Amino acid sequence: MRITTTVNGDRQDVDDVWEGESLLYVLRERMGLPGSKNACEQGECGSCTVYLDGTPVCACLVAAGQAQGRDVVTVEGLAPDTGQHDDLHPVQQAFLECGAVQCGFCTPGLLVASHDLLRRNPHPSDPEIREALAGNLCRCTGYEKILDAVRVAADKLDGAPA
Amino acid sequence: MSQMSTRTKQPVGAPTSATNTESGRIGDSPLRPDGTLKVTGEFAYASDLWMDDMIWGVTLRSPHPHARIRSIDIGPALATPGVYAVLTADDIPGRNAVGLEFDDQPALATGVVRYQGEPVALVAADHPEIARQAAKKVVVDYELLPVVSDSRAALEPDSPKVHDGGNLVRHLKIRKGDQSVKAPVVVSTDFEVGMQDQAFLGPESGLAVPAEDGGVDLYVATQWLHVDQKQICNVLGLPPEKVRLTLAGVGGAFGGREDLSMHVHACLLAMHTGKPVKMVYNREESFFGHVHRHPARMRFEYGAQPDGRLVYGKAEIIFDGGAYASSTAAVVGNGGTLGMGPYVFPSVTVDCYGVYTNNPPCGAMRGFGCVQAAFAHESLMDELADAVGASRIGVRELNGMTEGAENITGQVIDSAAPVAELIRKVAELPLPPADTGSDLRSMPGGVANTTHGEGVRRGVGYAVTYKNIGFSEGFDDYSTARVRLEVVNHEPVATVHTAAAEVGQGLITIEQQIARTELGVQRVVVHPKDTSVGSGGSTSASRQTYVTGGAVKAACEAVRRTVLARAARTLGAEDLVLDGGKVVSRSGEVLADLVDVLGEVPVEETVEWRHRPTEAIDPETGQGNAHVQYAFSAHRAVVDVDVELGLVKVVALDTAQDVGRALNPAAVIGQIQGGSAQGMGLALMEEIIVSDGHIRNPSFTDYLIPTILDMPPMQIEVLEYADPHAPYGVRGVGEPPTISSGPAVAAAIRQATGLPLRRVPIRPEHIAGLVE
Ligand code: FES
Ligand code: FES
Repeated sequence: MRITTTVNGDRQDVDDVWEGESLLYVLRERMGLPGSKNACEQGECGSCTVYLDGTPVCACLVAAGQAQGRDVVTVEGLAPDTGQHDDLHPVQQAFLECGAVQCGFCTPGLLVASHDLLRRNPHPSDPEIREALAGNLCRCTGYEKILDAVRVAADKLDGAPA
Repeated sequence: MSQMSTRTKQPVGAPTSATNTESGRIGDSPLRPDGTLKVTGEFAYASDLWMDDMIWGVTLRSPHPHARIRSIDIGPALATPGVYAVLTADDIPGRNAVGLEFDDQPALATGVVRYQGEPVALVAADHPEIARQAAKKVVVDYELLPVVSDSRAALEPDSPKVHDGGNLVRHLKIRKGDQSVKAPVVVSTDFEVGMQDQAFLGPESGLAVPAEDGGVDLYVATQWLHVDQKQICNVLGLPPEKVRLTLAGVGGAFGGREDLSMHVHACLLAMHTGKPVKMVYNREESFFGHVHRHPARMRFEYGAQPDGRLVYGKAEIIFDGGAYASSTAAVVGNGGTLGMGPYVFPSVTVDCYGVYTNNPPCGAMRGFGCVQAAFAHESLMDELADAVGASRIGVRELNGMTEGAENITGQVIDSAAPVAELIRKVAELPLPPADTGSDLRSMPGGVANTTHGEGVRRGVGYAVTYKNIGFSEGFDDYSTARVRLEVVNHEPVATVHTAAAEVGQGLITIEQQIARTELGVQRVVVHPKDTSVGSGGSTSASRQTYVTGGAVKAACEAVRRTVLARAARTLGAEDLVLDGGKVVSRSGEVLADLVDVLGEVPVEETVEWRHRPTEAIDPETGQGNAHVQYAFSAHRAVVDVDVELGLVKVVALDTAQDVGRALNPAAVIGQIQGGSAQGMGLALMEEIIVSDGHIRNPSFTDYLIPTILDMPPMQIEVLEYADPHAPYGVRGVGEPPTISSGPAVAAAIRQATGLPLRRVPIRPEHIAGLVE
């Protein structure tokens, strides 16, 4: 089948999609956007988290066909598009600076989930951060620096539109 | 360089040099050079590799833990449209045998399968789903054989044999001091540890590209490129110059990538089809596709004086190695030589066994043999304290090793051994408030709303442990570094090339910091990790900062000598140093620009660096200088337990650790936090459930790892007692936290519940079912 979606602001048309393919597979293998990760493909780890029409979802659980005509934002679309290679969104900057990234395989999903949290709740308490990120597994960091990063990102974003 | 020319083309996502110019010498905490790519989603992991004409490989695995293969019919699978190849053991050109220590494992099963999940056949097709469907059409006729599933029974003479040579992989004996000594106070315990999984998030993956010279280029996520290369060469029947490996992006490792997974399989398919072949396991396959932490059964006994001073220790430890040896012999080495913990024992008797069964193969995981034993020695240390009426801190201070102490193999600890200080330090850290308030989120069970505080009891537990750093027992443990200093765009640039795997821990940051420190330059390029330079040894045993760090330091020193000799000739001056891109006199006077001294002629040196040798232990007494360095850590856990439902909330997990010298303090903290979470996971929730050789929970739905809700805040005390024998004084950091955190959590739950709890993970049913 053919699928047409908007991904990170660009229209994407892909052909020959087999109906069993997930949105994650299509992003990674057909659109050349491997930023969203494939740690479990079972809906348990959050590494594949993307926005679908503004709502964070596990892309591994979304059938490719369900994305037809919809708007997808992935980790590759979080940074402001200024044409500068090193321009990062404050959430990305905070993860980098706080050491919240080790192997980084959990990072793309955590960035989307944290980005979403701070849009909804610009000043989350620690329990609120923990609740919002409970669906994102990280095996390397023990999460402490991820909490730091979200706190720092909230400060960075303070006053600025997310 | 001649090797490069044979490559046809590189895949999208092949690693590039890490070149950022963040400053930072040793002792600073510069940002990781791959960090920006990792937060933008551009960093390419092995599963992201891509080539125009690539096809997909999948593995057909045995559904049975022990069976004879009567026949395999690949016809229907091969006839499937879109399928390029179906391979079995018959298609292996070289020797069908792999393995880290002994090559006792076939790359593809031949004649018999010895565990559920053993690879039997490979399929390559133009879509992964077609390959999976075709694999299901391979017809394998199995004759079931008796399953050896009990590690103790496997040692009985009448047990069915997993391998012709019998079921014993290694028996390590320690006999030290008076073997018939008695003591006024005797405590003993049986302890059991379940099978833990590394659960790295990046699945096993890689891309094999057939090359024009009849060889193959493999891009893969792994821990030790050269040991992979050696095994792949054997199977393919090719010399090393035709099997070139490059490290692709690695999504965590923790020991689970020390053995081969898809490496050889992708190469076989690529060589056979002439096409690039990508293989990516899904999570279920990952549970079958790598070794796990050995489950252990242990019996420990301590004899002591009435004041708690140890007189003797005895231990029997049985590690279930599963169907193939992997690193079982070395795990037995660690469990046996280190398994009595960081205490001084005048007399010791240890028997440590590694056995073959038809369970999933077990091998390396962070903490390697020490994790299991630590649960037993720490639980028993608490019992000893209670038996003599001493405090749990006091009994550890009394018996803890100090520098100059002799351990149970008779080796003198010749650098810091601050056992008493570490345990005191964690005991002195502030405790969390007794009442965590009425917020459900801080209760055991959380927002599941299972309690508002009724039936909740608090417990506090302590543990102190130690581990060897680096490879032991006479292993030739070395790393190779090539360092080049040259002028690029009017700037001095150092390039560091090692084959040591970056798996997320931050080795590439450390390599840059060392080069900046030794060469006084700002810009350091880290070359992609590959086999065009000598072995870096394994990214395991907490050894890379020490050993590859030592190699990079030595190579930089060699480069510096050459450069300064050149400068001395032209300047006619002696006693020079490199700093800030300048050649400087000892008194700090700038004498020349490094750029001018280098001119058009780069300086390059390659150094193979070894730590002090270790030695094999005596086979009868277990005595010998088995290890090169020891690392010590302590944890204090505070838990709230809902004793009715058995739910546990870890309220605090505080730690103190001696790291010798923190080359990158922020990365040290990251290792301690992440390592502590893995140890806590084993104490509370992480277990691969195996019954009759079958894995019952191969998914993240059923195999649980700690989430951000489970992990408490940590207070961390880092001690820096430099090891005079190690480069910069470093002491390995990665593993100790995984060893001491779990036993502290278990001790805290025992204290809260009053239950003996002699098995981990401690599940709600163990707490609730016994509490009546
Ligand atoms: S890959 Fe989608 S939740 Fe794990
Ligand atoms: S950084 Fe490795 S899984 Fe989170």
